[in-house]
Amino acid sequence: MESIFFIVVAAVAVISSLLVITCKNPINSALSLVMTFFCLATFYVMLDAPFLAVTQVIVYAGAIMVLIIFVIMLLNIRTETAKRSSHAVFAGSALGIFVLFQTCLFLMRGGMTGAPGPLDHAAIVKAGHVELIGKALFTDFLLPFEITSILLLAAIVGAVILAKKKI
Amino acid sequence: MFEYVWLIPLFPLIGVVINGLFGKKIKNEAVIGGIATLAVVGSFVVACGILFQLLSLPGEERHFVKTVFTWIQCGPFKADMAFLIDPLSALMLMVVTGVGSLIHLYSIGYMHGEEGFYRYFTYLNLFTFSMLLLVSGANMLVMFIGWEGVGLCSYLLIGYYFHKKSAGDAGKKAFVMNRVGDFGFLLGLFTLFYYMGVNHNVWTVDFTELAKHADLIPVGGVTTVVCLCFFLGATGKSAQIPLYTWLPDAMEGPTPVSALIHAATMVTAGVYMITRMNYVYIKSPTALLVVACVGAATALFAATIGTAQNDIKRVLAYSTVSQLGYMFLALGCGAFGAGVFHLMTHAFFKACLFLGSGSVIHAMHHALHAEHSSADPQDMRNMGGLRKKMPITFLTFLIATIAIAGIPGFAGFFSKDEILWQAYANPFHGPVNFVLWAVGATAAGLTAFYMFRLVFMTFFGETRLSEKAWHHLHESPIVITLPLMVLAALSALGGWIGVPKVLGEALGGLPNMYEHYMEPVLAYSTEYMHTAGLHGLHSEAAEWGLMGVSVLIACCGIAVAAALYVVKPTIPAAFTSTFPALHRAVYNKWYVDEIYDFLFVNPCKALGQFLWKGFDVVVVDGIVNGVAAVFRGFSGILRHVQTGFVHNYAYSMVLGVVVIVACYLFR
Amino acid sequence: MLALNNYLIVSAILFSIGCIGVLTKRNAIVIFMCVELMLNAVNLSFIAFSRYLGNLDGQIFVFFVMTVAAAEAAVGLALMIAFYKNRESIDVEDINVMKL
Repeated sequence: MESIFFIVVAAVAVISSLLVITCKNPINSALSLVMTFFCLATFYVMLDAPFLAVTQVIVYAGAIMVLIIFVIMLLNIRTETAKRSSHAVFAGSALGIFVLFQTCLFLMRGGMTGAPGPLDHAAIVKAGHVELIGKALFTDFLLPFEITSILLLAAIVGAVILAKKKI
Repeated sequence: MFEYVWLIPLFPLIGVVINGLFGKKIKNEAVIGGIATLAVVGSFVVACGILFQLLSLPGEERHFVKTVFTWIQCGPFKADMAFLIDPLSALMLMVVTGVGSLIHLYSIGYMHGEEGFYRYFTYLNLFTFSMLLLVSGANMLVMFIGWEGVGLCSYLLIGYYFHKKSAGDAGKKAFVMNRVGDFGFLLGLFTLFYYMGVNHNVWTVDFTELAKHADLIPVGGVTTVVCLCFFLGATGKSAQIPLYTWLPDAMEGPTPVSALIHAATMVTAGVYMITRMNYVYIKSPTALLVVACVGAATALFAATIGTAQNDIKRVLAYSTVSQLGYMFLALGCGAFGAGVFHLMTHAFFKACLFLGSGSVIHAMHHALHAEHSSADPQDMRNMGGLRKKMPITFLTFLIATIAIAGIPGFAGFFSKDEILWQAYANPFHGPVNFVLWAVGATAAGLTAFYMFRLVFMTFFGETRLSEKAWHHLHESPIVITLPLMVLAALSALGGWIGVPKVLGEALGGLPNMYEHYMEPVLAYSTEYMHTAGLHGLHSEAAEWGLMGVSVLIACCGIAVAAALYVVKPTIPAAFTSTFPALHRAVYNKWYVDEIYDFLFVNPCKALGQFLWKGFDVVVVDGIVNGVAAVFRGFSGILRHVQTGFVHNYAYSMVLGVVVIVACYLFR
Repeated sequence: MLALNNYLIVSAILFSIGCIGVLTKRNAIVIFMCVELMLNAVNLSFIAFSRYLGNLDGQIFVFFVMTVAAAEAAVGLALMIAFYKNRESIDVEDINVMKL
């Protein structure tokens, strides 16, 4: 049952991501990407990470994609005006597929090493995923967490300055 | 007072800083000259204080080292920035600051209106500073700073009129010649340091330390090598054969500079250095013989050249070389005290002579300038009869000339007589002694001859100037004549502190104060000579005889000069035409410069040309340009990679990732 | 529970597709979306590893990746707008000012 569900979701994710790169209209690409993100969120739930699944939907499928679509609309770009030359497309695709090939080779060869931690399905359900993430973020990862705020601040300032009338 | 010895070199250094940095802004000649002169006078005052304190102490306590700070410390080796006070350095300090301050005072008048007035006084003070460091340094490294410093300053001062090519060349010549000598100095220093360190674990360059361990210095062998290396250094600084040729050319500098270099500083450095290291030299009879022979040869050789020169300053320059030869003759005979004594008296009368000639040139220059003549103001053939117009200059010049000629009673007589007697009576060179004495005596006769030739051609006879120029000729101002008078007085009386024993007894028990004064410095050498059984000749009769002979020779020289240049001025011309080849050779300084050019300078130039055209241009530049060309070629190909398209960069990035992963995967 | 490799293979496929998109598309916004896709593919493997190792650190990392992605979206889109204002295009082949 689980594996059938997985295969279906995976197929949807792969097909929609393929649509992202094949659609002529950027709006279509964006919507396909939203679909992919939803599939990923589903995977997160299957992997016992409900908080991240929610974040994925809110931040990616919600905020970021809305922003992208907003920009596409703002700039009013309907279709790609010109295609890349076919051999460029071929070379790019070949390289991408080679990357996939290498990764699969890795996966076939490698095994997982390292001692597994204490968390399993039961433990996560018992403690609650949000609580676990929250504890980790505000104890062990407090400093990176705070630094992230500086990063976001810099991004805000940068975006404002870049989007001003004149550069 | 000893504690303040560091003030002595400091004052001129302050002068250097003030005049060097702000002289261009100050502009006022009186202020610039005043600062420079006051600096040296200040040093002179301190030096006087030190000398008096030194004299108040008993002989064996006349030794003091003032350490200012530790300069180098490395394992057992330690070199301090330290000053040494003993009779020798105190005497040198007195001579350098005393004569130096008179020359500074004189320069204010002489250099009046010259371009770069402040530059001149900066160099002059720097020169004095270096020389003071040289003579007061407590170890060889401090001495070496001064040693190099005077070399540098001589270059700067000789090339003072740098827009004149001959002056620039002369400066370079002096510098290069001095470098050859400095090389010898360093070799000697290293050899001695290494030998004493390795064999006796005495890692020191300190004079006091070395003197303490003087017993460890072997007789002959390595000591000879050390001594000869140091002597090479001395020949460079003190203008001895074979490195003397820079000194006559150094006359291109302003006249007071000649006086400073040739009378009070620089050239005396070699004599001072050898005297300072007398306990090393006394151990090597071979080195002493070489020093004596070179000294005697230089004395005679330079004197012969001096007889045929027409440039008033060149005669004095060769005279300096010749007199320095005397000093080295004395050193080579183990009579270090006599050498330094002659150094001192020579400083007096040679400074007086140079400054006097400067006064003459100054006056001649103005006189010739007034009639717009382009005649050389330094050529004695343009002078004559000047005594009527310049009585003070004439009188002081005459006194100094009498002193250098060795007429009894004047300073030069005592020192020169002492040297000649030591050359004859010393226990080192056996049968060579007589040759040394004979050469020295001949040189003394020649000295008297050419010096009086100079006086007669310049001050006596009928003037060879035109009516108008003669009218414009007048005595120099007081600032120039005052130093002349002081120096003339010293030339006349300065010798009486070192009256020879026989003469002193004959005159009613006059003591030889100088010999007594120098005893602590030479204590080790004297004792060594006693223990080694080296005793000089003691014969009052011989001493009187030799004294008489040398006086006679001097008088002969004067008489011949008078006969040739006053009584019958036609004889020299007749002599010249009878022996044209000889005269030409002497007049051209025995072609030594030409020989050096042929032997050293031209091969060096040819080598330089080859290295430039053959090696540098082809090989070095070829390599450099070749490397650049290779890179340009490669980059010409590689820059096509930089297309400016984002895709290409992204593509190469992914490709890089793939390659790295592949390396990891397929290794 | 499914084998880890299942997730990793999906992650690899998504990553490669994103990679192909970056290399072949001309529209800067699409390229940007493909970059987001690659980031998400990596996120997936992070979470999968995290789950199978029983360790939360991977998920925390995903959290930070999301933050960076958000910042990147803000700045990147602002850049595109600025570029579009100057060039009337967001075709990356027009971005060649640095070309020799």
